[in-house]
Amino acid sequence: MLQTLLNTESAAEAERIMTICNACRYCEGHCAVFPAMTQRLAFTPADLGYLANLCHNCGSCYHHCQYADPHEFNVNVPRTMAALRVDTYEAAAWPRFLGRSFRDNGTWTAVVTALAVALFLLAAALFIEPAALFGRHEGNFYAVLSHNVMVTVFGGVALFVLAAIVIGMVRFWRLVGAPPIREAGLRDIAVALHDALTLKYLRGGSDLGCTYPSEAPSKLRRLFHHLTFYGFLLCFAATSVGTVYHYGFGWVAPYGYLSLPSLLGTLGGLGLLIGPVGLMILKRRVTGSPIETEASRKLDEGLLVLLFLTALTGLLLTALRGSELLGVLLLVHLGVVMALFLSMPYGKFVHGFYRLQALIGFALEQRQGRQRMGQGEAGTSGQRQAAE
Amino acid sequence: MNGAAKQTAFDVLVVGGGNAGLSAAIVAAEAGRSVCLLERAPRFYRGGNSRHTRNLRAMHDAPTSVLTDAYHEDEYYEDLLRVTKGKTTEPLARLTIRESCNSVDWLEQRGVRFQKALSGTLHLGRTNAFFMGGGRALVNALCRHAEALGVDLVYEAEVVDLHLEDGFCHGVTAEVDGRRRDFTGRSVVFAAGGFQANIDWLREFWGDAADNFLIRGTPYNTGEVLRQLLDRGVQQIGDPQQCHAVAIDGRAPKFDGGICTRVDCVSLGIVVNAKAERFYDEGEDFWPKRYAIWGRLVAGQPGQIGHVVIDQKAIGLFMPPVFPAEKADSIEELAGRIGLDRQALAKTVADYNAAVRDGRFDHTELDDCHTEGLNPPKTHWARRIDTPPFYAYTLKPGITFTYLGVAVDEKARVLMADGRPSANMFAAGEIMAGNVLGEGYLAGIGMTIGGVFGRIAGEEAARYASNVA
Repeated sequence: MLQTLLNTESAAEAERIMTICNACRYCEGHCAVFPAMTQRLAFTPADLGYLANLCHNCGSCYHHCQYADPHEFNVNVPRTMAALRVDTYEAAAWPRFLGRSFRDNGTWTAVVTALAVALFLLAAALFIEPAALFGRHEGNFYAVLSHNVMVTVFGGVALFVLAAIVIGMVRFWRLVGAPPIREAGLRDIAVALHDALTLKYLRGGSDLGCTYPSEAPSKLRRLFHHLTFYGFLLCFAATSVGTVYHYGFGWVAPYGYLSLPSLLGTLGGLGLLIGPVGLMILKRRVTGSPIETEASRKLDEGLLVLLFLTALTGLLLTALRGSELLGVLLLVHLGVVMALFLSMPYGKFVHGFYRLQALIGFALEQRQGRQRMGQGEAGTSGQRQAAE
Repeated sequence: MNGAAKQTAFDVLVVGGGNAGLSAAIVAAEAGRSVCLLERAPRFYRGGNSRHTRNLRAMHDAPTSVLTDAYHEDEYYEDLLRVTKGKTTEPLARLTIRESCNSVDWLEQRGVRFQKALSGTLHLGRTNAFFMGGGRALVNALCRHAEALGVDLVYEAEVVDLHLEDGFCHGVTAEVDGRRRDFTGRSVVFAAGGFQANIDWLREFWGDAADNFLIRGTPYNTGEVLRQLLDRGVQQIGDPQQCHAVAIDGRAPKFDGGICTRVDCVSLGIVVNAKAERFYDEGEDFWPKRYAIWGRLVAGQPGQIGHVVIDQKAIGLFMPPVFPAEKADSIEELAGRIGLDRQALAKTVADYNAAVRDGRFDHTELDDCHTEGLNPPKTHWARRIDTPPFYAYTLKPGITFTYLGVAVDEKARVLMADGRPSANMFAAGEIMAGNVLGEGYLAGIGMTIGGVFGRIAGEEAARYASNVA
């Protein structure tokens, strides 16, 4: 039922291409997609959804492909997988009608961001005294917006976002025909975490890096992604430490520039400034046929812009918190963070979770030496048993 | 990139931009010579047949980072003697083998990467080193390296005339962007491949059968440069009918189908011709050692057609081909689907099934499943074709490259008809592979010959160019 959602045009094209690739296999060394492919003789939409989420869109297989455009076989694995990945995001989304957000994610993200910021500013204009809004508060932003209001608003949204992501992950796991998660031991999860956190599959399979943005191998994509991801993680850590300070020790913000939450947040913010800008610049230097689709590009850019804005407004707030700009900067920052929250289940952010799940499946398959993903309701058992 | 060569006078001219030509150009440029490489194909299709390759065969006396165990000179040479039935030139063959131990390091130092042998590699991890990403990745890396060294790479440059005089080459005329341009070099390396993409030329030796050949690799190897060399006093080597030919899926494109058109289930079934008769022992030896004879075998059958027939038991035991098999629940129905006489195929399968002697089937070794009283016999992996559904793939000869070429010496110098070496003409790659490969094929040796003679040709061409400078 869920898997039939993947009977898309992209899945048909992915099947055509994987059939060619499975007869060639020259790219086996580049990433996880191809070793996973070789464990199969035929490809169901569930298989293809799994393979699509193993793909990191590094471009190595495209630039090394003897069958790439202009060859009549017109093989472009990264672009095909990018298109199918978006289909899997839509199919796994909860509630289902919001899955449509993936079709034109640029507009969706822009509207959500604009609305969130406008809403915060409007609410402030209505409910906050001008004196509080435009006054100097020595960095004490709770003088503008009380801690309780912030916790209530963001806590409520966070609970919804968390639920949407978790349900999305459960759906994704079924969508790609995965076995019960208990079959993947801690070892598989550890392997997948390692591969995800080190971005093993953005290495192109060698010490030189992947062929992104051009056919010359480069390590820049991986570097900028690391800056982005670990920047985000540091910001998340800053908030977490702040929460512990607040509730555990009764130490109330603002914290000094050299305090742990500030240091973590500032470092993370710098990563979130440099990383997305770097990724965005690389994106514009991609040579050859596109290895992404219109929809996947908008997804990528939506998240990159949001992360960048989050970092920029956060760092400005930190830098100028002693001035009378504190109030407005705080509200803008909170609006952007709210947009980031809201876009998490309905934007590129989900790739981290689904990629990790696909990598867990890959670790399980590699350990057991046989196909485990892509079975379930859409599996065709005859061919598969023969393959085993 | 085109028209990059503003100047037209160089120390070294290289004709052909595959592995051999790029290796020669790089070595000459590293020696400080000015080098121009003329590549006939547009940029995407650059690299000739190297674009479609995956590995090279390398001698090694101890395990290396990419090769297991050891592969000594004598074993390598014996393997070569076996496939060529002795038709090789021993000094050149041994030179190729000895120098092959440097190939992996040489390429790695120039940006090529290798991988561990995996599932699609026909179990060649001891003897063959596999390029990470395949041949196009290798060509890309060598082109980048050559460009960084200042080599002028000119694409879509078709050499139409050679300026030859008494065994000396002053330069070439090439058509670039629709204009004829003369390029001069103090020395010239010819690495322009065989003539397999020239169907008319193939027809001279094969007759109408040539029309049914599929060309696995580049459509740009039409042999014009080879023809000019042979017509103008260069010594010919090799039997014009000999080539690296495998049996590939009959639905493959006429040119450039590459590796994915292979059909690897011959040893798991039987192969019949248009009359539904078997014609060769399908289980003679391991497939990696036999795939290269089946192109010629099929070429010798009526209509240059073969059909491999397997049953359900074979599914999953071989690489999945790119095109789907014809599939049927009975042999008669299958015969109808592939255009064979139903009774004839049923009889061939029945005779074969009756001749099968049960054994312990093991596709990883030369097992004892064989036929008795059948001609031709199937000597290994013979199992009855009795479990539906039945599958068939139609095969045609897929030509990789021809062996007719120019004779060379150990310095890669082109030999003239009188046996004397040319002063400034060198050759490398498929255009001279016939010196080593008289017939048959040894997996990965094409890239080995190209690399070894490319490096020698580059070094000698650079030396000659600096001596006369």
